Amino acid sequence: MTEFTLWDILRNLLLALRWTVVLSLIAFVGGGVVGGLLLALRLRAGPVLQKVISGYVQLFQGTPLLMQLFLAYFGIALFGIDVSAWTAASVALTLYTSAFLTEIWRGCVASIPKGQWEASGSLALSFAEQMRHVILPQAVKIAIAPTVGFLVQVIKGTALASVIGFVELTKAGSMIANVTFAPFTVFSCVALLYFALCFPVSLYAKHLERRTRSTR
Amino acid sequence: MTATLAEPVATAHVAPGAPIVKITALKKSYGTNPVLKGIDLDVLRGEVIAIIGKSGSGKSTLLRCINGLEVFQEGSLTVDNKPLLHESALAMRELRQRVGMIFQSFNLFPHLSVGRNVMLAPTLVKKRAKGEAEAQAKKLLARVGLAEKFDAMPDQLSGGQQQRVAIARALAMEPAVLLCDEITSALDPELVGEVLRVVESLADEGMTLLMVTHEMSFARKVSDRVIFMHQGRVHEMGPPAELFGNPQTPELKQFLSSLHD
Repeated sequence: MTEFTLWDILRNLLLALRWTVVLSLIAFVGGGVVGGLLLALRLRAGPVLQKVISGYVQLFQGTPLLMQLFLAYFGIALFGIDVSAWTAASVALTLYTSAFLTEIWRGCVASIPKGQWEASGSLALSFAEQMRHVILPQAVKIAIAPTVGFLVQVIKGTALASVIGFVELTKAGSMIANVTFAPFTVFSCVALLYFALCFPVSLYAKHLERRTRSTR
Repeated sequence: MTATLAEPVATAHVAPGAPIVKITALKKSYGTNPVLKGIDLDVLRGEVIAIIGKSGSGKSTLLRCINGLEVFQEGSLTVDNKPLLHESALAMRELRQRVGMIFQSFNLFPHLSVGRNVMLAPTLVKKRAKGEAEAQAKKLLARVGLAEKFDAMPDQLSGGQQQRVAIARALAMEPAVLLCDEITSALDPELVGEVLRVVESLADEGMTLLMVTHEMSFARKVSDRVIFMHQGRVHEMGPPAELFGNPQTPELKQFLSSLHD
């Protein structure tokens, strides 16, 4: 029987960590873009589209990410489209992230006093100009901290992609545990790696929160 | 009721001619609750009008209808003979360039310096070059007595100073009409004077002003015509000396006497 050193375990986990990072980035960039588009739609849309978007948000906030991953992986396949674990995980995480981000950002835009809309509107600014020059600069300041905070949730959420066979940190962990017969060591390392990834991000979120507070 | 159109008072700056704001049979309701029950009002170029009345009488709503912040259901409203069309973004943009507004709560943009607050709309809407807009902003800030505050942030200013910046910001769009919605109500008493002095100087220079105000002595001193609103209607209208000195309706008498309590 082959002996596995701690370095063997760690080295393989670190290789898999790359995919956790890449998947997080896809979720965040994709979710950011989709969430931003939804926000823009939401601010201008009529009541019907409003309901549709709010339904979308409720759907993704009200169901487990695990189910969304399953549905993306097996559901799309039902239509005869061959989806890789990569595609399914990217799609599911992007949609999930977009639903949360659009809701966070909508709240931030809504927290800008009505007087700012009225003052800029009565100066004949168009909607786009109001958004670009008056509302967003103020809303972004409020949004940074909760947005970065949510990034931590997304990083941890990528672990669920392991259930559809996506080899990221968690999946790699269970595979290594199976061959090394050292699950405690392996999963301790997995946990530490997640912590190493998330902790700086939440520290950064805290820092940002403090900074925005002090400048207000 | 003496809701007749008062003869323009013989002040030097009232030019004859077509009204700049023409409101005809304007009605507005919030749901089933009527707020304005048929308003007819012509505002002449250079005229200074004070609108008084109890809270809930519809005076602020009327003012906010004139620049399209409130949507009305019936009647018509024209500014410079151009009708107010809520559906047309282009028409609203045109109209709002003609009508400036100053708010009770100042509503300065907190993330922009004082100078950039004033410069924002001219550079975006009137496509004015930055240098030109800056020179204009400096001139306007000097006019409201805040030349040295160009680079200050709004939260570093007192309420009275913020409101004067808001006036400069509105003037930067060179409006034909200026709407003032209780612009001194949020100010500490000692800061009211500095803002009213600026408004008075505008009136003297011939700016068309419509102001909702609780400052009766100011209304009396500056305005050409006073409008008393009651329950969504123009209840009484006339030159200030007449309206304050010889109120015709019991509602106005009661309103005026309640101010002295």
